Amino acid sequence: MTLNRDFIGRTLPPGEIYEVSREKIREYALALDDTNPVYLDREAAGAVGHSDVIAPPTFAHVVLFRLGGWPLYDPDFGKQTQPVCVHRLARVVHHRPIQAGDRLVLTTTVDDIHDIGPHEQFVLTSEIAAADGEPVCTVVSHIVSRGTAAPKGVAR
Amino acid sequence: MTIKLDRAIAVGTPLPAREFNVDRKMLVMYCGACGDFAPTHWNERIARSVGLPDVIAHGGVIMAKTLQAVTDWVGDPGAVVDCRAQFSRPLVVPDDDVGAMLRVTGVVEEKLDHQRVVIRLNAESGGQPVLSAALAVVRLS
Repeated sequence: MTLNRDFIGRTLPPGEIYEVSREKIREYALALDDTNPVYLDREAAGAVGHSDVIAPPTFAHVVLFRLGGWPLYDPDFGKQTQPVCVHRLARVVHHRPIQAGDRLVLTTTVDDIHDIGPHEQFVLTSEIAAADGEPVCTVVSHIVSRGTAAPKGVAR
Repeated sequence: MTIKLDRAIAVGTPLPAREFNVDRKMLVMYCGACGDFAPTHWNERIARSVGLPDVIAHGGVIMAKTLQAVTDWVGDPGAVVDCRAQFSRPLVVPDDDVGAMLRVTGVVEEKLDHQRVVIRLNAESGGQPVLSAALAVVRLS
């Protein structure tokens, strides 16, 4: 089954708020075996100018998984339930670091869906902002849906 | 140890080469910490059923460990203002006591305005690159 190209250009506006805690930042950093004190210790974060501990540069993925199910789990989008989707490219632009105490909202846009040989690729832009509207980071994800492209005609 | 960067840093300056172990425990912990429970990251049976040789690391794990070479070097991870990577090859993580070894190198490639530099990054495992077009933009203090 192919992905529903009617989704190109659609945007899901902000909904729930993600509240960033020191403990979640700690859990994420320690899962990665990364003990940079700026993630773990308020004093160390303060020493380099942050008002609280900050999150690793890839922490935005936590926010995406918590708030960003759309459009993957929208039945109309057409993603297969088999694990055929693989992350191909990720970019995170930080307007400022995510830090403990942040209250974040997510806006997701489907920029494109196109074929790559027998596969399909969809491109999502996820804008993470503070609940008061301050931009925090922009995540661009290219995700490949393996083997789901429509057949390209019959070989003879 | 952290290194305080300054404006005098030259294009071509290498970052210290790093080696990071990525093992099954890290993947399990990352599943929980990130909320990404895609079974290809923890279930061999399902990984093999979709044509993978074994369980593979999350793209976020590869990117995060690669960026650690930058954040450990710069000291303040908040200096990373932009990071990107293409996942060119799965990082296969066998069920043993070692896991996969990720080798990361980097070099200052370009100086930008506003005291920013572009760091070109390479990440490989078993002599094969797992990322392509990987870079970080860091704001120097």
